[in-house]
Amino acid sequence: MKTVTITLANPPELYLEGQNITPDNFAGKKAAEIATLDVWEGKMKGPLGKYFTVEGEGGATAADTKIVLRGDCTRVKRIGQQMTAGEIVVEGNADMYIGGWMKGGKIHVKGNVDSFCGIGMEGGELIIDGNAGHHLGSSPRGEWRGMQGGLIRVAGDAGNDTATFINGGTIIIGGNADIHVSTHGEGGTVIIKGDAKGRVGGQMVKGDIFVYGTIEYPLPGFQLVGEVEQEVDGATALFAHYIGDLGERHPVSKGKTVYANIYTRL
Amino acid sequence: MGELLIRNGFVFDPLQEIKGDRMDIGIKDGKIVETSALKNPKAIDAAGMAVMAGGVDVHSHVVGPKVNVGRLFRPEDKLFKSPLKRCDRMEMGFSVPSTFKTGYDYARMGYVFVNEAAMPPLHSPHVHEEIRDTPIIDNAAMPVFGNNWFTLEYLKNNEIENNAAYTAWLLRATRGFAIKVVNPGGTEAWGWGLNCESIHDPVPYFDITPAKIITGLIETNEFLGLPHSMHLHCNNLGNPGNYVDALDSFKLAEGYTAKNAFGRDQVMHVTHVQFSSYGGDSWRNIDSQAKEIMDYVNAHDNITIDIGQVTLDETTTMTADGPFEHQLQSLNHLKWANTDVELETAAGVVPYVYSPNVKVSTIQWAIGLELALYSSDLMRTFITTDHPNAGPFIRYPRVVKWLMSRAARDETMKTFKWLDRTIESTTIDSIDRELTLYEIAQMTRAGPAKALGISNIYGGLAPGMDANVAIYALNPEDMPSDPDMIENAFARCAYLVKDGITTVKDGEVVAEPAKRTVWVDVKVPENAQVQRDIYEHFLRHYSVGIENYQLFEAHLHNPRVIEVDSTQ
Amino acid sequence: MAKKIENVGCPFCGVCCDDLVVTVSDDGKKILEVENSCIIGSTVFHRAMSERHTLPRLRQPDGTFKEISYDEAVDYTAKVLHNAKKPLIYGFGSTNCEGMAAAAKVAEQAGAVLDNCASICHGSSFLAIFDNGYPSCTLGEVKNRADVIVYWGANPAHAHPRHMSRYSIFPRGFFTGKGHKGRKIIVIDPRHTDTAQVADIHLQVQQGHDYDLFDAFRTVVRGHDIPDVVAGVRKEQIIEAVDIMKKARFGTIFYGMGLCHSDGRNHNVDIAISLTRDLNDFTKWTIMAMRGHYNITGPGAVWSWQYGFPYCLDLTKRDIAHMNPGETSSVDLAMREEVDAFINIGTDAAAHFPIEPVKRLRKHPWITIDPHPNMATEISDLHIPVGIVGVEVPGIVYRMDNVPIQYRNVIEPPEGVPSDEELFERIYERLCELEAEEAAREPAKAAPEGARAGE
Repeated sequence: MKTVTITLANPPELYLEGQNITPDNFAGKKAAEIATLDVWEGKMKGPLGKYFTVEGEGGATAADTKIVLRGDCTRVKRIGQQMTAGEIVVEGNADMYIGGWMKGGKIHVKGNVDSFCGIGMEGGELIIDGNAGHHLGSSPRGEWRGMQGGLIRVAGDAGNDTATFINGGTIIIGGNADIHVSTHGEGGTVIIKGDAKGRVGGQMVKGDIFVYGTIEYPLPGFQLVGEVEQEVDGATALFAHYIGDLGERHPVSKGKTVYANIYTRL
Repeated sequence: MGELLIRNGFVFDPLQEIKGDRMDIGIKDGKIVETSALKNPKAIDAAGMAVMAGGVDVHSHVVGPKVNVGRLFRPEDKLFKSPLKRCDRMEMGFSVPSTFKTGYDYARMGYVFVNEAAMPPLHSPHVHEEIRDTPIIDNAAMPVFGNNWFTLEYLKNNEIENNAAYTAWLLRATRGFAIKVVNPGGTEAWGWGLNCESIHDPVPYFDITPAKIITGLIETNEFLGLPHSMHLHCNNLGNPGNYVDALDSFKLAEGYTAKNAFGRDQVMHVTHVQFSSYGGDSWRNIDSQAKEIMDYVNAHDNITIDIGQVTLDETTTMTADGPFEHQLQSLNHLKWANTDVELETAAGVVPYVYSPNVKVSTIQWAIGLELALYSSDLMRTFITTDHPNAGPFIRYPRVVKWLMSRAARDETMKTFKWLDRTIESTTIDSIDRELTLYEIAQMTRAGPAKALGISNIYGGLAPGMDANVAIYALNPEDMPSDPDMIENAFARCAYLVKDGITTVKDGEVVAEPAKRTVWVDVKVPENAQVQRDIYEHFLRHYSVGIENYQLFEAHLHNPRVIEVDSTQ
Repeated sequence: MAKKIENVGCPFCGVCCDDLVVTVSDDGKKILEVENSCIIGSTVFHRAMSERHTLPRLRQPDGTFKEISYDEAVDYTAKVLHNAKKPLIYGFGSTNCEGMAAAAKVAEQAGAVLDNCASICHGSSFLAIFDNGYPSCTLGEVKNRADVIVYWGANPAHAHPRHMSRYSIFPRGFFTGKGHKGRKIIVIDPRHTDTAQVADIHLQVQQGHDYDLFDAFRTVVRGHDIPDVVAGVRKEQIIEAVDIMKKARFGTIFYGMGLCHSDGRNHNVDIAISLTRDLNDFTKWTIMAMRGHYNITGPGAVWSWQYGFPYCLDLTKRDIAHMNPGETSSVDLAMREEVDAFINIGTDAAAHFPIEPVKRLRKHPWITIDPHPNMATEISDLHIPVGIVGVEVPGIVYRMDNVPIQYRNVIEPPEGVPSDEELFERIYERLCELEAEEAAREPAKAAPEGARAGE
């Protein structure tokens, strides 16, 4: 694996759109060529080299390419957007759309991220050591085909609108989640190790949610049906099992209605 | 204004029965002229290429409130699906393009006239704003009448003359073009969440059957002598077994002859017939009844149809058939927009994915093509996709490819998950017919122009007509073996000349000549009864005042008015 | 002799009354009387001429304003747009569609973000409509057919004074000859508002928990049990309300800021739409957003047909449009300090935005385009006065139910004062001149880019 290290030496006045910062775009390129890739600050299109110093070179393919981002990237958006393979490590914070529409590979952010991260995710891994903003692993506006696959793991808290329209994949939140988890969900798994504020599973058709802490405002559309032991993220525990959202439509499979499931740890 | 000589092309002009003769076309001051009238023209070398009149689209949803709902509520139709700007304005959207993209894309395909399929009269200022913002192409728009309270009352009482007076008034108030009829009666029933299941199912309260609405509007149309015939979207659209409703509707035209001064021969144009050609009685056993449909259409030359071809894309359905859209959303559970329009109509909008993996979609695909391939008179069978309902209009070149090439159809059929079931349920596999360039010209310019009653201006290359000429890089004496080249040639025309101005070159827009709004102004005798009825409804039932309802002249963009004097 | 002008549209709220009769003086310069409007509407007309500036005013280094010519103001504005990296043009609650179209042309040319008041208002509705659709109707349908009306988080008695009398409660329509006696009114609001006074049923929902209450309604519609109390409302009350709604012949849910801007915002509207869809399996139901301004529906319509998006349009790439509220919305852009110039037109962002984004925007050039002084003009670098649409400038507006209404003018604007449309057309011309000048100086930059993949 070859590594390209880019350091934000000349921060933007506003924000940088860095959708070209992907293993796919860096593969097969040396530092000088990577420095000519476009980034945008508002309407100003400039070369990446205007803002970042670039060291190293890309691997032969995306899968062979690792990118390390240094400097304060709190204002850099869209890192890793639509990537198919390879690795990205962000040594600090990052802004919005990190790993948006990613299909494969791995992104590791050592700090916090802002909103819309992992949006429209199809595969791969997005690991965040700090907190995530809103719309984590969500679908873009109007898109009913949400997250399809892959893994998002946030060590800290997540904001609101996690996993909207989720179809598949797994999201694990180490801390708490704000309102709206798996709204309109039709599959996938969301695991919240801390507390959830409310509107968990609203308008949910299918899928699973595990909450280890408490749900402050549970929805009336979820009914307790029993207790169940489940292995979740490598540990087994006993959960109260709710099905719902009873206000929503649900598919029928082999004569039985398939509900969404919320499991709260006992 | 300039002189232009289009030299040496293979000309296909069905209105003059020119079937690929190598000849020159002369243009002067925006009109076609005899080449002998030119003194010093600029030349376009059309050698080795097919020359036709600019395309005429008889039915497409491109401007108006439900189209705009389709745009507004589908941000995902823009994301990663829009090209970068290369003309004067940005171009956004795939299945429901922005108005600018609409104009540019039609021009790139060599079209010059698009008939907006449905205008809710109350929203006519909106329609005209969007027409203004659609560059290059001339537009007309058809107000909807089949669920209009005035129409229902007059026709119930057999008051054709009164209905004619009201129709004339409404065409003028909205600067509309023709009588559009969508799911007659059923969309008024939808105001209560109901529908008319067949043409004999009476409308709640108004107590008139769709059949009577249809015949009443045929009679109204011929009474007025409008350029176009009444334009019908059949009842029970989209449901298995509905071919009987289509045939029942066609039969209502029997015995009527067209009365007009515009060269139109049909009394009924039935639109997107593919959606009304289904046999069977459930989604399990739905099959194609295209042959039965076309046997009837072929034998009755006072009917024209357009096919409504499914293109196997993710697209957006939008129609004034409100109950149909409600049904569709209960099938695919996708987002559903609906607007009931007081006293007039309704509309529904639902995204839809036609997939080669879904048997119903591939059967629908076959049916549209069958309708065209069984046609014995392509001057009466037109290409549409009911844009965007069965697919976006930018797929017209693909439809042309499928119609012109059996191999192209086979290629597409190879991608079908349920190919065997599709073949069993249709007859597409048994049809080897491949349409010719002449027949395509009939289906996409000459025929539609004649049916619309505008064939003295559009759709042909006779001297005196507007200088709208499309040149496609296809040599009829040396057609490409790869059918995709046919699609490419029709998607990016070699040249489009509109009003004598070179507008598109090699598929790129190079000029934006002024577009026109085409509307029909009908003179009728004074009718005090109708005036009173109109006044009463506005006073009591409409939520907008009558003086504000009628389009202000200031909002009409670059009009071309077609005058009809029905008092003669 | 005074002249009476009829069929005048009211340029205040989304009810868009078009039956006003305005009497003007013989010389056509003074408005004497306004009939048929509510007090707010008539105030718009009567106060039109008070505190009018007729020339642009430019902030001086000492903080005072100095009058400048329109040409100078156009030049200043074009330069601000041209030189900013990411300018924001926001507002459009109170101008005509022609002005909105001209502003869009400027934003596209300049590479700006183009946004309207929905961003702080019914943007929640747009987000819900994007995800769940919008089963709606025109107001005349309500008048002629509706027998059950629900106001959920809306208070038309205050915000839309003639709504109930023109459309929803009192009119005798074609199938509703009994007027309000034939209608059942349900109001759902944490407060016992003036609108609740006319209700048959008032459900006093716990503030911030409308979503939960909608979930309970939907659960009951599908025949399932719910807890004894949801969001402060008792189970029996919920069951009774659902029963009335299921037995309606034609019902409409009107909703407003109570849903749009309490906890969860767009999700409250989204689930309201889900409930409306559910009810259509039983009978006929529609839902309608109570749009605030008389033409705030306008930019949503115009920019949807021009760009495919109703608000929060990021046109900064100049060759493609991008929208994502939360990122491209005005308040978020301001809070994150992502924009470096601000044009406030047909609105008052200084009054309506929270104070923190106002402070952050104020660090950059701020231009206000408005007929009258307001909070925004008083902190602006440049105030450009324009004609008042609906009073001095005609044009098309869109009512809350998306019906276009052709507005007239009753008097002319003050001498030399342009309309928004004229002003933006002039700014567009000047912008093109500036770009041509720049291209002439630096030919390398002038070539258009285009090799990037679609976004």
